[in-house]
Amino acid sequence: MAGFKGRHIVHIEDLSVEEMQHIMGVAAKMVPVARGERKSTAAQGKVLASLFFEPSTRTRLSFEASMERLGGAAIGFSDPDVSSVAKGETLADTIRVISSYADIIVLRHPREGASRLATKFSSVPVINGGDGAGQHPTQTLLDLFTIQQETGKIAGSHVGIVGDLKYGRTVHSLANALARFGAEITFVSPPQLQMPSEQVARLKETGASIKATQDLNAVIPSLDVIYVTRIQKERYPDATEYAKVAGSYQITADLLSQAKKHAVVLHPLPRVGEIKEDVDSTPHARYFQQSFNGVPVRMAILALLLGVVE
Amino acid sequence: MNTEVVSQKEMKVSPIRNGTVIDHITPGMALKVLRILGLPREGSRSVVSAIMNVPSESGRRKDIVKIEDRELEPEEVDRISLIAPNATINIIRDYEVAEKHKVALPERAEGTVACSNPNCITNARDEFGRREPVLASFRVIAKEKPVLRCDYCDRDVVNIADQIM
Ligand SMILES: [Zn+2]
Repeated sequence: MAGFKGRHIVHIEDLSVEEMQHIMGVAAKMVPVARGERKSTAAQGKVLASLFFEPSTRTRLSFEASMERLGGAAIGFSDPDVSSVAKGETLADTIRVISSYADIIVLRHPREGASRLATKFSSVPVINGGDGAGQHPTQTLLDLFTIQQETGKIAGSHVGIVGDLKYGRTVHSLANALARFGAEITFVSPPQLQMPSEQVARLKETGASIKATQDLNAVIPSLDVIYVTRIQKERYPDATEYAKVAGSYQITADLLSQAKKHAVVLHPLPRVGEIKEDVDSTPHARYFQQSFNGVPVRMAILALLLGVVE
Repeated sequence: MNTEVVSQKEMKVSPIRNGTVIDHITPGMALKVLRILGLPREGSRSVVSAIMNVPSESGRRKDIVKIEDRELEPEEVDRISLIAPNATINIIRDYEVAEKHKVALPERAEGTVACSNPNCITNARDEFGRREPVLASFRVIAKEKPVLRCDYCDRDVVNIADQIM
């Protein structure tokens, strides 16, 4: 395993399974600090620049909270329109300038490949905080961490990924990582929102066990993890068609009565109607924990790339 | 050398004395081959000819490109393998084929192909029409029917001919 110091994290495939495991191990140690129960000064004097060219308040706050919890500081912007730093200049120039102010950069950009480009012009590590419909590797790592923490293992777990698998930003990289860990994956989606065949072909190259179905009810009893994503209304020109599809993929407490006792329900949040509120009080609901896990996982990533932990 | 076959082809257009003949180009691709090679060069007086839809010995059709007074380097023409994987390069000296190569697919493509993903950062333009200061670059991930994977957005380009810059 190569050291993390000074590296970039752009694509989940930039990390080996061993490296992902290492990040999760460090994240587990960060949990008490992330909760505020213990203090850390690991990143004292270090500055994170969070450059958000499109709004994603949760992701940004999660990164900034992570840096603060490590004893470091955060600067940045979340609206390029009011930010003179990014106005009328190329992303390349913005990165060249900002990387002279900060020790590490997290970039969120509407264009796919923006973070890869940033790595070519940055003198400090770049973390991809999401690019267009492309990658969002830290979300994938916190999803993996949650599965690991909640079910005890990733290899051999049966993970159902439910909802919009065609456009869903998070699911392509999650599926890639799960496949490499040796999880069993079942895709559950309406035909219009199936995982693109190119993605499926790439997953099959890993030798992973992959199935697909439209029938959530049939597959629920065999799942260890039910990973739910949002089905966006804009994908459906016809409102009644949307209502039908959205309804058939709604997780309810009643539906979960058929699930394994220890099955967990995850969701990248925010949810719209995919998970009914009556699920929140069941032991299956782990999506708020998942959301919290963003902090220790991002702390681990920041600390490793800054070289302040090994 | 195989002068007979070449002179047969030469009947369509007058034979060239010195230069390069690119043969067995996938039909319809001759003009794109010229585009990749940046031909004809501005200011150059050498004759460049593109002959399209020529019946070949095998009964299929092909395109041919002839470039007078220039011997293209094998590396230079390998880039055309992205769109014409069966092309052959004949270097002509004094009306004879002095050298003959098959094009070989390179490992990478840089600056010749645009990414087919409209949302790719390499296709971004700012309000003044400026692009980011990088060349689109790709890894060749399939050789039989070439597929390129974008180094930036990670999407695959399948219809390479449509994306030639
Ligand atoms: Zn691209």
